[in-house]
Amino acid sequence: MNIDYFLIMKSEMVLTVIIFLLLFLKVWDGIKSNTTLLHLVNFLLIINLVAGFFFNMNGDLFNGMFQTNDTIAIEKSILNLGTLIISLTAFDWLKDHKHLLEFYILLLCTLLGMYFMISSGNLLMFYLGLELSSIPLAALCNFDLHKLKSSESAVKMILSSAFASCILLFGISMLYGTTGTLDFKEMAPLLGHSKLSILAFIFAFTGFAFKLSAVPFHLWTADVYEGAPVPVTAYLSVISKGSIVFIFITALSKLFITYQPTWYNMLYLTILLTITVGNLFAIRQDNIKRFLAFSSIAQVGYILLGISSGTPLGTTSAIFFLIVYTFSNLGAFGVVSLVSEKTGKENISDYKGFNANNKFSSWVMAICLFSLAGIPPTAGFFGKMFLVTAGAAKGNYWLIGIAVMNMVISLFYYLRIIKAIFIDENQTPMAKLTGSLSLRLALVICIIGAVTMGFASGVFDYITTITLK
Amino acid sequence: MINLSVLLIIPLVTAIVVLLCRNGSQVKWVSLLGSVAQLGYASLLMFDYISKRAAFNLSSSIDHSNQSIDPNWKPAPPPQMLYEEHHTWFKGLNIEYAVGVDGISIAMIMLTAVVVMAGILISWNINRLTKEFFFLIVLLSFGAYGFFISLDLFTMFFFLEVAVIPKFLLIGIWGSGKKEYSALKLALMLMGGSALVLIGLLVLYFNTDTGGGVHTFDLLKIAHMHIPMEMQRIIFPFMFVGFGVFTAIFPFHTWAPDGHSSAPTAASMFLAGISMKLGGYGCLRVAAYLMPEAAHQYSWMIILLSTIAIIYGAFATLMQKDLKYINAYSSVSHCGFVLFGIGMLTQTSINGAVMQMVSHGLMTALFFAAIGMIYERTHTRQVAQLGGLLKTIPFIITVFVIAGLCSLGLPGLSGFVAEMTVFMGSWQNADTWYRIATVLACASIVVTAVYILRAVGSSAMGPIKNPDFLTFKDATWNEKLAAVSLILCILAIGMAPFWLTNLINPDTKLIWENITRAVAGN
Repeated sequence: MNIDYFLIMKSEMVLTVIIFLLLFLKVWDGIKSNTTLLHLVNFLLIINLVAGFFFNMNGDLFNGMFQTNDTIAIEKSILNLGTLIISLTAFDWLKDHKHLLEFYILLLCTLLGMYFMISSGNLLMFYLGLELSSIPLAALCNFDLHKLKSSESAVKMILSSAFASCILLFGISMLYGTTGTLDFKEMAPLLGHSKLSILAFIFAFTGFAFKLSAVPFHLWTADVYEGAPVPVTAYLSVISKGSIVFIFITALSKLFITYQPTWYNMLYLTILLTITVGNLFAIRQDNIKRFLAFSSIAQVGYILLGISSGTPLGTTSAIFFLIVYTFSNLGAFGVVSLVSEKTGKENISDYKGFNANNKFSSWVMAICLFSLAGIPPTAGFFGKMFLVTAGAAKGNYWLIGIAVMNMVISLFYYLRIIKAIFIDENQTPMAKLTGSLSLRLALVICIIGAVTMGFASGVFDYITTITLK
Repeated sequence: MINLSVLLIIPLVTAIVVLLCRNGSQVKWVSLLGSVAQLGYASLLMFDYISKRAAFNLSSSIDHSNQSIDPNWKPAPPPQMLYEEHHTWFKGLNIEYAVGVDGISIAMIMLTAVVVMAGILISWNINRLTKEFFFLIVLLSFGAYGFFISLDLFTMFFFLEVAVIPKFLLIGIWGSGKKEYSALKLALMLMGGSALVLIGLLVLYFNTDTGGGVHTFDLLKIAHMHIPMEMQRIIFPFMFVGFGVFTAIFPFHTWAPDGHSSAPTAASMFLAGISMKLGGYGCLRVAAYLMPEAAHQYSWMIILLSTIAIIYGAFATLMQKDLKYINAYSSVSHCGFVLFGIGMLTQTSINGAVMQMVSHGLMTALFFAAIGMIYERTHTRQVAQLGGLLKTIPFIITVFVIAGLCSLGLPGLSGFVAEMTVFMGSWQNADTWYRIATVLACASIVVTAVYILRAVGSSAMGPIKNPDFLTFKDATWNEKLAAVSLILCILAIGMAPFWLTNLINPDTKLIWENITRAVAGN
């Protein structure tokens, strides 16, 4: 027995230990104060984040079922970071919640599922991870226990995600039928151009698109986002989506490499629809959570644009963009969660004159939205630029042109919120809202990330080197 | 001794200090100090540049005499850009932080420094959200400086976009009239322009090859490559129209009148004085310089659009009743001259275009400053409601008259010099249609005279329309300082244009030669 075996699964083990610790705490029921518990959990999450940066190994386990390398390690760190920020912003909401520990146990279970999914080298492991990451999420959506909308969101989430899993599973079974293996490495060269295997690929692709809420498989997103508690919405739109993007990159570039011309055309159409429809629907939204849902759909379109190039540059820019996206989107959700928790208001019109009493939160929101819109000097500009540049490497200038013009449309709806916050007059603006220290810390982290990531060329260069390996 | 990054560090430090300030008056003094420091450094840069250039010219003329010794010997050309600095930014994409200046950039930097200082002085009375206001103004100037010194197209694009969003907030929060509509229109149209630039930029990037499939954004490297003609034909329109939107090229000029008239005074000054010049500079430096053949091929289109802008702008101004709208529409007309000069593709006309950029920047900033001062006192900008102001606020009205006279091209002021150079250069282009365009553009000056004299005359002269006017106080120290600094620059260019011409001449010559060579090569 070698210690290396443990180190390969290190992140999963750390997370499992944390989950069990929380489970024991629940059973023991010794700590009564929610605040103490929250601090403890946040502390554990910080440990989890820090641990992700050390002793990273390259290798695989269980006959290639589970694999890890530097890229996967950094992807897990991004998820860890996002989870930590969400946990910090959720402080005010969970402070009085009676099922605090269950929330975290479920949340970390989904995170564990994502770990397994990203690290999978085998479709079985992938499917296991996917299910582990999506079923507890439906329960999380229902965590505003006395809100009807929350239950509705949970039901929609579980039904649509079960449906997506079905399609994916159907695709997987057909893949197994044609190749006789589930292992990525063994399967890739065996995939031919028979009708069955192409059909299997299309099913798998659809399953992914469903989970990514790419148009035309996006219809569940807005309803689920609107009903779920704000931290869960944030989790869905950043962490859950991010993990699917990571495994999608692996699937396309390793497993389905034979079908590159096919998936390029499919992606082309998906990107076109996702960006345009996401943007056009975002313009019409009044609820800020629905608005962010549609804006995140459009953002996924840009990520897919980077991936569509199929080059290491595309992978690099997608990962880099997800870092930036984590900071900017979570910052915006942080402010939304503050407002929603203190006042219960979730409409864009409620934000009119927000700047009058809440300078700091207003600027956090502004910077994060500018970052999402891709306005320099925020990091979002760099993220978008790299994605578009990676996408343009194919020479598909029509697609790039449409994507870039869509950035102008997206600016319009982001500016609508900025306008409400800073420019619109309101006789009764929102009173001063003071969040907890954790929430403010989270906002500060987000703002620092959203401003400085673009200038931190070291991060981009590091990702470039590891994806080239 | 001169380091160009200082031009970026000064505004950046100013912005950070502004954020840390405790009260409004501290904010104002800090920003003023920052802008004065920047002006000082920019002047230092200019004088150092002039002496360095002179040294280069001297050495090359000495070398020239050695030619008899070795017939094959050619003098090494002096570097195109001085104070160059290259740092790798994003290695994976070969993006650099690359800066360097030539005479044209120096002229633009000086213009920016003067206008920003004047703008900060004019906004001394801003009392609502003071900190945010000055922070955004400084951020805008940061973008402009960065744009003018960039040699890497990615960096350049970055700075171009930095200068868009602050305008939205400046107009939206501190503006007047239908500010929300104007702010949104301006932001979206300028973003649309920069989106076009981005598309052109990406196509250009993937058509450069520095060996081994490595692409580059480096302006000077691209200038020495030959971009295939069919690619130039695609890239040039995107670049030119994209940058043209910033210069209010017809038919994408509609943001300009609304934006200018709704903006607070300092933002109007900045918008017309500097922001529109970003576009002109981009058209010249990026579009025309990097894609010379396409510039030659499409020149008829540029001339057509800019002639329409010049004449349409002038006639549209005739119909305006609001002072700010008058200046805004006349800006569309005057900025048409910039594109007109570039489109004519002779060295003199390109020279004229650059001079028109500088001159219009100063003149329009002065004009908006004067209008702002009048508006602050009268609370109206309608020409019909003004009258006899010369008797009550003589200093401000004198400034107003000087700005007007400069705008209509009175000899001795900068407007005359610049427009004259554009026309002289344009006439050198012997094509009949181009000459007709020149004649038409020339004729617009008469219209300019009509609207300027009418506006200035009826607001300054005549009986005092409103008894309230008698209570007005004349310009305060800050307003005087702002106006005087701008007037001095206008006079300097108007009286002694040679120092500006000498500064930009070698570089416009280079651009012109590049175009001539490329066209001859075809």
